[in-house]
Parts: sequence; structure tokens; C-alpha cells
Amino acid sequence: MDEITITRHNELVDPVMHIYGWEIAVYLFIGGLVAGMMIISGYFLFKGRQKEDLCSCYTIPLMGIVLLSIGMFALFLDLDHKLYVWRMYTTFQITSPMSWGAWILILVYPALIAGMLIRVPWFMEEKFPVLKKVSEFINVTPGRVKAIGIINIALGIALGVYTGILLSSFGARPLWNSSILGLLFLTSGISTASAFIHMIAKNKDESEMLAKADNGFLVAELFLITLFIIGLLSSTQVHQDAAKIILSGAYAPVFWVFVVGLGIVIPLIIQYMAVNHRIKHTPIAPVMVIIGGLILRFVLVYAGQLSHWTKKAFLE
Amino acid sequence: MNKTVSRRKFLKISGATIGLLAASGTVGSLVKKTNAFTEKKKGGVNGIQKIPTFCDLCFWKCGAIAYIKDGELWKLEGNPEDPLSNGRLCPRGTGGVGAMYDPDRLKAPLIRKSERGKEQWVEVTWDEAFTYIADKMNKIKADYGPEAMAYFVHGIGGNFIKHLMKAYGTPNITAPSFAQCRGPRDIGFRLTFGEDVGSPERTDIKNSKCLVLIGSHLGENMHNTQVQEFAEMNDNGGSIIVVDPRFSVAAGKAKYYLPIKPGTDIALLLAWMKVIVDENLYDKEYVDKYGFGFEQFKAEISQYTPEWAYAETGIEPELIRASAREMAKYRPATLIHSGRHTTWYGDDTQRSRAIALLNALMGSWGRKGGYFYPAMMSVPGYPYPPYPKPEKGKVDNPGNTIYPFATEGHDTITNGVREATITGKPYPIKGWFTYGTNLMYAMPNQDETIKAIQNLDLLVVTDVLPSELAGWADVVLPESVYLERYDDLNVELFREPFTALRQPVLDSPNEQKPNWWIAKKLADKLGLGHFFPWNDIEEYLSKRLTAAGLSLDELKKKGIIRGEKKPVYFEEGVPAEFNTPSKKIEFYSLQLAEKGHDPVPKYTKHQEPPSGSFRLIFGRSPVHTFSKTQNNRILADMSDENELWINHNAAMRLGIKSGDYVRLKNQDGVVSNKVKVKATERIRHDCVYMTHGFGHNSKMLKQAFLKGASDSQMITKYKIDPLMGGTGMNINFVTIEV
Amino acid sequence: MARFGMVIDTKKCVGCMDCVVACKTENNVPEGFNRDWITTDVKGTFPTVKMQIRTERCNHCDNPPCVDCCPCGASHVHDLGGVVLVHHDKCSGCKACIAACPYDARFIHPDGYADKCTFCIHRVEQGMDPACVSVCPTHCMYFGDLDDPNSSVSKLLNSRKYRALISEAGTKPQIYYLD
Ligand SMILES: Nc1nc2c(c(=O)[nH]1)N[C@H]1C(S)=C(S)[C@@H](COP(=O)(O)OP(=O)(O)OC[C@H]3O[C@@H](n4cnc5c(=O)[nH]c(N)nc54)[C@H](O)[C@@H]3O)O[C@H]1N2
Ligand SMILES: Nc1nc2c(c(=O)[nH]1)N[C@H]1C(S)=C(S)[C@@H](COP(=O)(O)OP(=O)(O)OC[C@H]3O[C@@H](n4cnc5c(=O)[nH]c(N)nc54)[C@H](O)[C@@H]3O)O[C@H]1N2
Ligand code: SF4
Ligand code: SF4
Ligand code: SF4
Ligand code: SF4
Ligand code: SF4
Ligand SMILES: [Mo]
Repeated sequence: MDEITITRHNELVDPVMHIYGWEIAVYLFIGGLVAGMMIISGYFLFKGRQKEDLCSCYTIPLMGIVLLSIGMFALFLDLDHKLYVWRMYTTFQITSPMSWGAWILILVYPALIAGMLIRVPWFMEEKFPVLKKVSEFINVTPGRVKAIGIINIALGIALGVYTGILLSSFGARPLWNSSILGLLFLTSGISTASAFIHMIAKNKDESEMLAKADNGFLVAELFLITLFIIGLLSSTQVHQDAAKIILSGAYAPVFWVFVVGLGIVIPLIIQYMAVNHRIKHTPIAPVMVIIGGLILRFVLVYAGQLSHWTKKAFLE
Repeated sequence: MNKTVSRRKFLKISGATIGLLAASGTVGSLVKKTNAFTEKKKGGVNGIQKIPTFCDLCFWKCGAIAYIKDGELWKLEGNPEDPLSNGRLCPRGTGGVGAMYDPDRLKAPLIRKSERGKEQWVEVTWDEAFTYIADKMNKIKADYGPEAMAYFVHGIGGNFIKHLMKAYGTPNITAPSFAQCRGPRDIGFRLTFGEDVGSPERTDIKNSKCLVLIGSHLGENMHNTQVQEFAEMNDNGGSIIVVDPRFSVAAGKAKYYLPIKPGTDIALLLAWMKVIVDENLYDKEYVDKYGFGFEQFKAEISQYTPEWAYAETGIEPELIRASAREMAKYRPATLIHSGRHTTWYGDDTQRSRAIALLNALMGSWGRKGGYFYPAMMSVPGYPYPPYPKPEKGKVDNPGNTIYPFATEGHDTITNGVREATITGKPYPIKGWFTYGTNLMYAMPNQDETIKAIQNLDLLVVTDVLPSELAGWADVVLPESVYLERYDDLNVELFREPFTALRQPVLDSPNEQKPNWWIAKKLADKLGLGHFFPWNDIEEYLSKRLTAAGLSLDELKKKGIIRGEKKPVYFEEGVPAEFNTPSKKIEFYSLQLAEKGHDPVPKYTKHQEPPSGSFRLIFGRSPVHTFSKTQNNRILADMSDENELWINHNAAMRLGIKSGDYVRLKNQDGVVSNKVKVKATERIRHDCVYMTHGFGHNSKMLKQAFLKGASDSQMITKYKIDPLMGGTGMNINFVTIEV
Repeated sequence: MARFGMVIDTKKCVGCMDCVVACKTENNVPEGFNRDWITTDVKGTFPTVKMQIRTERCNHCDNPPCVDCCPCGASHVHDLGGVVLVHHDKCSGCKACIAACPYDARFIHPDGYADKCTFCIHRVEQGMDPACVSVCPTHCMYFGDLDDPNSSVSKLLNSRKYRALISEAGTKPQIYYLD
């Protein structure tokens, strides 16, 4: 028998770490969603389809700004020394993913704004006539729009990957410590964004196309989750123990039922049948995907904090 | 537990802490600033002051240095000049800061306003309190004689009130440190070598090459010098043998660990001695020269084979032999530790005698690495007028007939006084005055204590905290904590002589007063003022010190004055004299035989727990002292509840696991507060263990209230040692209520 | 250049927590928080049990992920002895460093910033040992310059078997435990 007793009490660390709560899970989810939105909207812009009546080009950048702000606010709520938040922007720490993230977020806003200004939202048009001028300037050549599209795609990828890297860079938490996490969160972000746009898009083509795309993303996500787990299971004992937290441990029920089952497999089946016209499109599948994406962040944020190096015996 | 990491849930768990933190910020600021009393702090000196004093978190009296930063107590360190601390305090001593800044401290004298035990009082002035006490004490004296007052005291702080009680005329002055603690071992050693082991113990641990610990759980028992020397001898490659039903911290350092069945130590000791005698491993020269009755002893123990002992103790015969040989290898620097808290099974004096005899076989008494002869400076007492001679003898042990070896000059038996208070025999006891002792925790069977209290006309409790005993008091007197007062000089009897001073490092925050002031003022009220001819404590101290050729000013600066080193071993020239009737080491004791007791210790079987029950054993947490530190916020941060140690397999059978909360129910149906389970491989299957002092039910101890369980509450049964009246307390059995 | 480290003799440590109490008073560590702590490691089946008791704290890693991950430059390596410290006034309380530390050595101080063991740099700069080292009644802790072959710590590491905690995590901890 191994008995490890640690006599210590530090709030948020003991007896198990829970420094990150819903705020970070929500932030990571929204970050992924916005990243996906940027990539999709960037794709349509790059394809020069801004003239069509696609919400991806029209509403999504604005929504991205709003959502991202909510996410940033959640992140702000999580800070314990809020008065010093500005310290993040007086420095750039090259080794710190969080510093990268802070700066990426700063760049994401202009990109989203640029995307939004391709067609100025009606409620802004009247109030800020100057925006119209900007919009006109952008639309002078298709190249400018394309450039904005590419920038959105690039920053979207950066943002999506970053949400994963933020966790995976923490070598101290074995469950997070996987190089797959960046790709997984990116894919999940695009998938939720697709589901979201599919759900809200009025344009049939756009909606249908994103449903199909989403099926692809969901399959990719399943594949990445498998890789993530295999990666952990084939690593050290601590990593194997970490994987068990979501495979058979405390977070297994939520993980299997809500993330894999209701968040990926079932909506995939529903959507597969829908795109093959066996059943009608309903918001059920996309809502499931979105909730699944949110729960994925929750599960990984929380379960990761249960995974540990130090609760293991030292004596031989 | 903690499967779902919900922040909200967590916040709830630690809600108390967070609430407090929100109000303040840091421990310093927490403990300090949430305390109204620090606000009226005296004009603090800026910068850092260092003031030497000595510690009172336990009765070891380590020299300490208090650091005052901008008028507030910052920290306590050991005084490097002091041979007890060697510059390092134990965790409790270091945490003494929390005793001073305890927000629940008593602030003003209190007089009970409803029935006893209700914790309801009115605040009064000192004068009102003294008038109340003096009236009652005078009435008791008039009605029953001064002997009807008893004084229960623990610690050097009680000296001045002790003096007052003697002046008042009572012989009934008692402390739990005898019949609930060291009594049996001191009597056992006295019967053998003619001298006590004393406190601080005369054990030369640091020079011992083989240390045998029989239940002495050094490392958890944090008597500072003992632990330091234990580490030192271990570091020097000394051999350690530990006998304990629990795999103690010391067991983790041992070469031989003997997982003894509780209550069977005498069997082991007898078998060890047989092996050593049979194999001629003992110090023959020493025994021949100093021993008395060795042949009778030898004949008596010849029946106790390791195989026989195995059946009793559960310790493999080969382990018994190997450990016996190990001891002999290093003699005379083999120290079989006398233990300290030895009131276990009621035959404790005989067990202690067996330990003494094993030491005698090793030739370790009076030898380097064994038991040294302590030295003391000569500091005369204050020249007081003679005390009135009590008409009646001590109430606890009339004419020394009941407990023949708790003789005059020895501490009085607490439980004897309690018994007399209940029965009124041999004469009534009508008043208790207590100082620095929480009898609800210190004495077994709380019901008897309450019953005795209900027979009293007066119960005065002097304490710094609203203890459980204070809850029953008629008058509660709030004392200044040790850092705020002078006490009597500590003229120590130790490896080298020294005199130490306790002096105030800060003022008391409210109406608290030091014991010397309390004693003197009460004496005035009682018309005994002439027994306190000094005006204040400094005058008292000066007079004593001057008489010894020392100066108070020097002592104030240094905290400690060391005397000349004196020889402490036979080999250094200490005369090998033994104050026994035979003037020798008594392997065979005629005085025991005369009184109808075993002249050589015999083994008696003790009742075993019925199946499904466990024997309740208990000990120390390194960060707590008895029942007096659980409310100390700093120490509570180290450990704020005790745990119930239970063998891992036994726990599995009961379906409980570490972290679960259970209650204990003892053989008399008493149910404990809930206590956290520690299922562990570090204890036998037939007993459960917890640290003493938790499970407080005084509501006014806000930190400690209902944290953990109280061993004292479970100890309803006790067995009295027929030789000296000690209360064996390890004889209670409990079941576990899930 | 000095490289400060600690050597802890687990043979002597009794787990009394004096080191923890001393740290609290010396550094005014808030109630409910500890910069150092005790780990008891028990193996075996009664009565054949092996036990190691260790006093633990920030390992002042040579490759400190807590410094790498800090977005504010608050966590940093001090010039003197490679001690890892936090500038309270630069810290945003983002807790990245807490997540990054495999030893859980850090916590958020009630005032909002990340806090942890400082190796008592304020004492060390004055030539004293850290508070925990200087209080330990068993003298089982040693502090000193690992780069100096004549320091007590170097000598102990040269003469005894030792291990560092979770060295697999790659942080290069600078506290060594003698078996
Ligand atoms: N069940 C059980 N009973 C035991 C023991 C056990 O382990 N288990 N141990 C036994 C042993 S070995 C001993 S020595 C005794 C100890 O028994 P006690 O000496 O009675 O110990 P405590 O229970 O701590 O009670 C001490 C009281 O003194 C108060 N006090 C603290 N500081 C001061 C001060 O400066 N001035 C005054 N006036 N009061 C102060 C505390 O608040 C507390 O109420 O208990 C014995 N009884
Ligand atoms: N931290 C701290 N240190 C203290 C004190 C304190 O309050 N706190 N109090 C001081 C005082 S006054 C005293 S008297 C001492 C008391 O401390 P000690 O004299 O060292 O020990 P005890 O309390 O008698 O015994 C406790 C140990 O005995 C074991 N034990 C129980 N039953 C048996 C048995 O039948 N046989 C054997 N062989 N072992 C058994 C228990 O498992 C436990 O390890 O501690 C002193 N040191
Ligand atoms: S042993 Fe500890 S508590 Fe007792 S006097 Fe010494 S330092 Fe104080
Ligand atoms: S003070 Fe020393 S003996 Fe006590 S726990 Fe700390 S390191 Fe161990
Ligand atoms: S122990 Fe943790 S906090 Fe300390 S330097 Fe290493 S990673 Fe950083
Ligand atoms: S909590 Fe403070 S010290 Fe830690 S990483 Fe964030 S900013 Fe840096
Ligand atoms: S070195 Fe100083 S800060 Fe670090 S644990 Fe020890 S006492 Fe605390
Ligand atoms: Mo005691």
C-alpha cells in the first residue's frame, strides 16, 4: 500500500487544484467558437462571396466581437489581481502562451472589425457615417477583402490553437500535457462555429454547406480525441492515470455521455441523415454540438486540474 | 471526496477562512487586526526589539527570544544561550504568536450568572471578583477549615497562587502531571534507583548509542531537547528500537520496530531481561557493585521466555532476542527511555520499574548515554514567613495508606482530591481553585469531575481561554499570556545548571493580569497580605537573584544565566549513591514486598477489546499541547482536527475509508463528536489512535469548537495504580459508528 | 555565481511542521495558506512499513515553468542564487504559474498576487539561513550554494544518496532529499 499524506492547505490548490473554474472553460469555449467563426467567415471572404447574403460574412464578425468580449470578460473575472490586468500589455513574454494569447486577442479585434466593416451593420451606419467611408475603402478592390479573409483565417487558427496550447503547455498537469490539444480545440472550435452558423444562417446553401462541413469536423474531432487519449495512454504512468480521469474516473460519465455521445456521435448521425435528406434539418444537432463543445472545455479544464504528478509515491 | 471540482463547493468548504481573510489579509493582520484588543496597543516602539523570555506552550520551558516589530509581536525564536532550546523552539513554541493574538482570549474577570456549566457570566472588576472569592474562601475556612480548599495547578505560573494557598492553610495542592502523567515512572524509578527521572528528563539521549522507546513517541511528543537529541543520536548512527502498537514517527527511524499488543509491555520487558541475563549480556560489574537482590530477581524472571512473551505481546521471539542483543551491544550507552506519560494500564509503576531494571542491567543509570545526574544552581527561595500548619493531612491519600508509594513530599493525587470532593471523605472539599489546567481534558471520566464540581461552594478557574473547565466555574480569572508577564524564576535541574527569566514582551490588551498580581491582590483581600511582603514582582525576583549573586538586569538582557558545568555521570565523579532503603539499585524491592506488592515486576494480563471493538490509545500531535492550543490560529492552520487512526484492513472491513467522518462509542455508551478517519498501515488491527486535546465543546473557543473528537470524553474507565494512585487510561474500548 | 539550494536529510526529519510554522511567522503567510508543507510517504503492510517524511516547498527550479508561463514578467529568476521570485506589483493573478508548477508550490495570496517560498531571500541576503532551516529542531535542513564545492549542501550531496522530487517533470528542482 502507498499512503501519501500532504499536510498543507492552500486555497485553490489543496486538496486538489481548482484554480480554474467556469470562467476559463467559458473563455476557452468562446475563444474556440470565435476562432471557428473567423476561419469560416475568412473562408467566405477569401472566396469573394461577401456580396452574397451570407451571415458568415455579414453577421458573424460582429457576433465574434461581442462573443469575444464576453469571453474576455470571463477571463478578466478569473484574474485575482484585477487591478494589474494591464500588466499583460506592458510586456511580451515570448515563452508564455498566455502572453501570446493576450496579444493575439489584441490582433483579433481589428481583424474582426475589418471583417465587420466589409458591410457596415445597419445600426452603425447612421450613427457613424465615417464607417461607411472605411467600408468603401475596403471594397475598392477584391484583394483587400481577400486579405482580410486571409488574416481572419490566420488569426482564427492562431486563436483556436492557442486555446488548446494554453492548457497543453502546462506540463505539470498530465491530462493537458498533450500536443493534440491545440488541434483538438481548434477543430472543436470550427465545428461549433459551423454548427452555430448552420443553425442561424437564413441562406439555405450556406446552412447546408456548413452542416456538411460540420460533419467532417466532427469526424476529425473524434479522431483527434482518440489520438489524444492514445497519446496519454502510451505515455508515463502519470499520463495514463490522467487519461483514466476522463475514461473511467470522476469525469468519465460527462465525457462519454455529453462530449462524445451527445456532443459528437449523435449529432453527427442526425446531421448525416439530414444532409442526405433522410430527415429534416432541426436545431437539435447544432445545439448538441455547441453544448458538447462547451462541455468538452469544462471537462478538460476540470479533469486536468485533478491530474497530478505529485500525488504519487516517492519511496521505492 | 472532491471528485467534482466545483469552485463554489470549495468556497463553501473554506468559507470560514475566506470570510476571515476578507476582513483582513494576512495571518499577522488576521490574527492581529481582527482583534479589537490590539487597537489599544501601547505606543509601540518603531523597528525591531528582541526580548528574551521562556516559552509556555508546554512545560518544558525553552528559552525564547521574542521579536517585536513596530510594537507588535512578530515572531518567536529559540534563545541560543539556552541549553533546553539550543536556539530552536519546537513548532508550538514558534507558534506562540497565535496564543497571544487569539481573538477568543478571556478579557475580564467573570462571575457565573446562571447554573453551572452554562457558560453564562457577567463581567466584573477585579476587585469584585476578589471580594466574591475571598468571601467564599473565608466561609469555607470558617465552616470546614482551610483544608477544604484544593488547588489544581499546572505550570510554573501557578507558583504564586500556590504560595497563597499554602498561606491560606491547605495541604491539598495537586497537578495532573503526577497521577495523569509522570507519576508511575518517577515512583518506579525511585523504587529502583532511589531517585526520580524528573522533568526535564535526565535522559542522556544525545550520547546514547542505542535508544529504546517504549511508547515514547519522540517526534510527535515534541519536548524540544528530547527531539533534538533524538535527531542527533540518530544522525550519529545510533541504533533505535521502538516498541509501539502504532508505527510512530520514531518507528520510522528505528532499526527494530516491535509492534506490540497494547498493554503487554511488561511481558516484553521481562523476556528481554531474561534473554540478557541468560546470555550474560548485562553489566556484571555494575550489577555486582550497585545491585541489591539480583539473585532473587534472576530467579524470578527466569520463567519469562521470549516464546512465552510472544503469546502475550505478538512479537516474534527472534525479534525479542535480536533487539535484546542489540541493546547489550552498546551498553552502558544504551538508554531505555523511561517514558513520560506513563499512566496507561494501572500497573504502570511496575512497568516503569521493569524499565528501570532493564536500564540497571545495561548499567546505564549514572552513565554517559544513559541517565545523568542533573545539576542545579543554588537560588534561594524568597524569605517568606512560615506557613500555618494544616490541622488535617492531605485528603487524597490519608496517611499514605491507600497509595503507599505516593508519599509525603510528592505531588498530591488529583483523582484522590476529586474522589474526596465527591464523597466528603476523609473530609469535605468545598472549594477548588485551578490554574493552567483544563481538568475536563486532563482527568479521566468527565462525569466524576462534574459530579465533584457540583459539590463545591466555590470553583475559581484561572485561565487565558474560555476552556471547558472555565465553563463550569463560578469565577473565571483571565490571566495575561506568558508573553505579557513575569513569572517565577526557572531554576532548572538539568545537564547543566541555569536560571531563566520569563518577562513581559508586550502589555496585556485588556483586563488580563499576571498570576503574581492575582495572588498578591487576593492575599490582601484574604487578610494574608503579609505573605506577600514585596511590592511587585521585580522586587521579588531581584531579592531572590541578589541572594544568589545574580542580577535581574543581566537576566532581563540575556534571559538566561548559565551556571558552572558540574559532573553529571559516575565516570565524571558523581558519587554512585542510591537513595533506596538498601542504598543500592533494588532488583528486588523489600519495601514493595512489605506492602504486599510484587518485589520484582510481574506480568498481569489486561482485558482485551471484545470482538468488533478497538482499544482507544492516544498521544500527541507535534503542533499541539494537550487541550490548550487547538484554538491557536497559527497552530490550527497546521492541524485543525484530529484523525482516527485505524488499521487499513480493519477500516475496509467496516466499510470506511480515509476522509470519512465517524463517531466513536465507548463501552459505557458515550458517543464522541465526529472524527475524520485515517485508514493506515501504521497501526495494529486491535486498537485505534487519536491525538489528545481535540473535540472542544466550549462554544467560546471559536476556532476549536467541535473540531475532531476528544479522547478525554471517551475515557470513562480508568484503572488506578495501587502503588501511587495514577489513572491508567488506555483501557477504554470503542466501536465505530459510521 | 551562486546557485542556492537545499538539502534535506529525511532520516532526521520528524514531520513536526516547525518549518511551516516558522515560515508563517517569519513571512506573515496568511491564515489558510502555507509556503511549505510536510509530505509523509508510507509503503508496505503493517508491521513491515517504510516511511519517509519530507518538508517540501518551491524547488526554485533551474528550468522553472512558472517563470516561462508568466504573461506579466512577474515570476522571475532573481540574480542572487537563481532564486525564483514573484514581483507582487507585476502579477495579474492569472494563475498560470500555479497551473505550471508540478509541486503545487504556489498559491494566490488574499491580496491577489501569486505567492510562494522565497528561500527567505531577505534573510539570505543578510547572511542568515532561511527561517525554516534555522528553526528545524532536528537540524535536518541545509541551505547553501550548490555551486560552491565547499558548502555544506555540496558536501552532503557528494557523500550521500539523494533524490529530487519529480525530476521527470523536467523542471530541474534545486531541493535535494537525502534518503
Ligand atoms: N485523555 C487524556 N488525558 C490526559 C492526557 C492525554 O494524553 N489524554 N495527558 C495527560 C498529561 S501527560 C498531562 S501532563 C496532563 C496535562 O493536563 P493540563 O495541564 O490540564 O493540560 P490542558 O488540558 O492543556 O490544560 C491547560 C489549561 O491551561 C490554560 N492555559 C494556557 N496558558 C495559560 C496561562 O498562561 N495561564 C493560565 N492561567 N492558564 C493557561 C489552557 O487554556 C488550558 O485550559 O493531561 C493528562 N491527561
Ligand atoms: N507536541 C507535544 N509534545 C508533548 C506534549 C504535548 O502536549 N504536545 N506533552 C508533553 C507531555 S506532558 C508528556 S507527558 C509527553 C507524552 O508523550 P510520551 O510520553 O512520549 O507518550 P504517551 O503519551 O504516553 O504515549 C503515546 C504513544 O504510546 C503508544 N502506546 C499506546 N499504548 C501503548 C502500549 O500499550 N504500549 C506501548 N509500548 N505503546 C503504547 C501510542 O501509540 C503513542 O505512540 O509528551 C510531551 N510532549
Ligand atoms: S518544548 Fe516547545 S512548547 Fe514546550 S517549552 Fe519548548 S518550545 Fe515551548
Ligand atoms: S522542522 Fe525539521 S523536523 Fe520538523 S518537519 Fe520541518 S524539516 Fe522536518
Ligand atoms: S517549484 Fe514550482 S514554483 Fe517553484 S520554481 Fe519550480 S515550478 Fe516554479
Ligand atoms: S499569477 Fe502572477 S506570477 Fe503567476 S503567471 Fe500570472 S501574472 Fe505571473
Ligand atoms: S525558505 Fe523561507 S519562504 Fe521558503 S519555506 Fe522556508 S521559511 Fe518559507
Ligand atoms: Mo504529561
